[in-house]
Amino acid sequence: MGSSTTTGAPDRSSRTVRRSRLSDLVDSERSLGYLLVAPVVLLLLALVAYPFFVAIGYALSDRTLADPGVFVGLENFVLLWESSIYRQTLRNTFIFTAGSVAIRLVLGVGLALLLNESFRFRRAVRAAILLPWIVPTVLGTMAWLWMFNPNFSVLNYILVQSGLMEHGFNWLTDPDLALFSVLLVNAWRGVPFMAITVLAGLQAIPHDLYDASAIDGAGKFQRFRYVTLPLVMPVLLTALVLSIIWTFSDFGIVYGLTKGGPMNATHVLATLSYQTGLASGNIGEGAAISLTMLPVLLVLIVWQLRRIRRSTVA
Amino acid sequence: MSTPLAPGEYRSHHPRLERALFVWAPLAFFLVFLVGPFYWMLITALKPDSELYDGSKSPLYVAAPTLDHFIYLFEKTDFVTWVANTMMVATLSTAIALIMGVPAGYALARLRFRGSEFVGTAIFVTYLVPTTLLFIPMVEVMASIGMDDTIWALVIVYPTFLVPFVTWLMSGYFRTIPSDLEDCARIDGLTRLGAMLRIALPLARPGILSAGIFSFTLSWNEFIYALTLVTASAERTIPVGVIVQLTRADFYFWGPLMAGALLGSVPVALVYSFFVDQYASGLTAGAVKG
Repeated sequence: MGSSTTTGAPDRSSRTVRRSRLSDLVDSERSLGYLLVAPVVLLLLALVAYPFFVAIGYALSDRTLADPGVFVGLENFVLLWESSIYRQTLRNTFIFTAGSVAIRLVLGVGLALLLNESFRFRRAVRAAILLPWIVPTVLGTMAWLWMFNPNFSVLNYILVQSGLMEHGFNWLTDPDLALFSVLLVNAWRGVPFMAITVLAGLQAIPHDLYDASAIDGAGKFQRFRYVTLPLVMPVLLTALVLSIIWTFSDFGIVYGLTKGGPMNATHVLATLSYQTGLASGNIGEGAAISLTMLPVLLVLIVWQLRRIRRSTVA
Repeated sequence: MSTPLAPGEYRSHHPRLERALFVWAPLAFFLVFLVGPFYWMLITALKPDSELYDGSKSPLYVAAPTLDHFIYLFEKTDFVTWVANTMMVATLSTAIALIMGVPAGYALARLRFRGSEFVGTAIFVTYLVPTTLLFIPMVEVMASIGMDDTIWALVIVYPTFLVPFVTWLMSGYFRTIPSDLEDCARIDGLTRLGAMLRIALPLARPGILSAGIFSFTLSWNEFIYALTLVTASAERTIPVGVIVQLTRADFYFWGPLMAGALLGSVPVALVYSFFVDQYASGLTAGAVKG
């Protein structure tokens, strides 16, 4: 007992002596914390926060590709509000988002419930259905562009050959149909994400709960309504918020299919911003257009943050 | 009393019919809808032009497959350069994202320091901010530091959305690992940094792997920055190169376009088929955890 303390004490003190200032730095919780986080903070300040303020500066100016421009206040935003193209774009963006997210939700949850069943080749099916999500978006979109082709559309070929229609649809050239075609492709890309996320939520539900509710006499529907749904809800809502943000700000699919046409029928905020800001060179106006995404994004981000806070506190 | 039914168990008079109706039929629908376009891509890439543009032939299968479109892609376009570019950008930006994001995720999960909560929130918010909000100023910011029209701009810019993602994913992952082992290692004389490097990082390997897979596919797939920051053909990535060079003024080279889309998709499909479980668990960890 006594000998162990005498051998222990000098050992500890010699270790303290050997410590350099460097090892103090990497051994203190605070300084190591700052050291590890600093590079990320610097990167985000330089390449996210700074460009964001640059964007606000541009949006308040009449800058073009050729001319640095001057401060014009809110003129860009006023002009946008008066522009019928901008208003149509705004309407398109909301329809595009609502339509696509609705399809993602219905098909995604349906697919998740299906994949939660046991059947042969389940692993292979699960891997296959993820393809639209993992493959480069615009490359997958090219397959749809070809399927929507006015002359060689395979969709129309099937519709006509099966006798359902005489001529088929003008998927991307009919202004009334184009927005739907584009949002369908966006939903196609997003269904796997929704399905796999919800599936993980389903599989995290303890089996006992189903057994218990079955003993209590709950039917199939009741079990879904009172066990499955409430327990999957947090995961479902997170997947939903992410899907809304990504759809609302989508660029690649619309750019790949229509570039906003025909007659602006499929322009969304991101494509109009690109077209105005970079393709036509009106940097100020283009920056203003993309900044008008901000209110919707902020609402979603704040809502998501509060949900996460609540779940980590609880 | 009958034994309770597990979810998805059936007890019906026509179990086979019910299964065909409620499992196989919907599955067939989902497979056709989700995977069908890739079949179409493959078929088109293998079809000779004579079949491709002949309305009298059924478009659903290929009668005389050919590799002409692939040959065109390799000989008449910069496809090989685009592949090399994409590979380089994806690898480097993934490396940067992991080197910066994994330690930061560790710090946010394990170390208490003033402002850590604020930093955590800020990083999460950045993850949710879409790239389409910032691409216009980014073009100008990159140009102002002499990074216009070079592939290196993408190596610098991609970490802006990869790092928040990796940090967020990894801080969630580190929270699931008990810290006992690190505490023991510190009692044995390792510094905090030593405990992170020698104990926590090896334990977190599965999480780091899925963060890496994600980052790689995200950079491989990225489009708007690749389109706007780089305009020289020799500096393009696959998605932009394929779209810009193979679709000119409403004239489309459908065969090579589909061949390019197919080949451009193969690497990510391969990466992910090897790690499908990591991918799925990472996807859900990212989506579910805060």
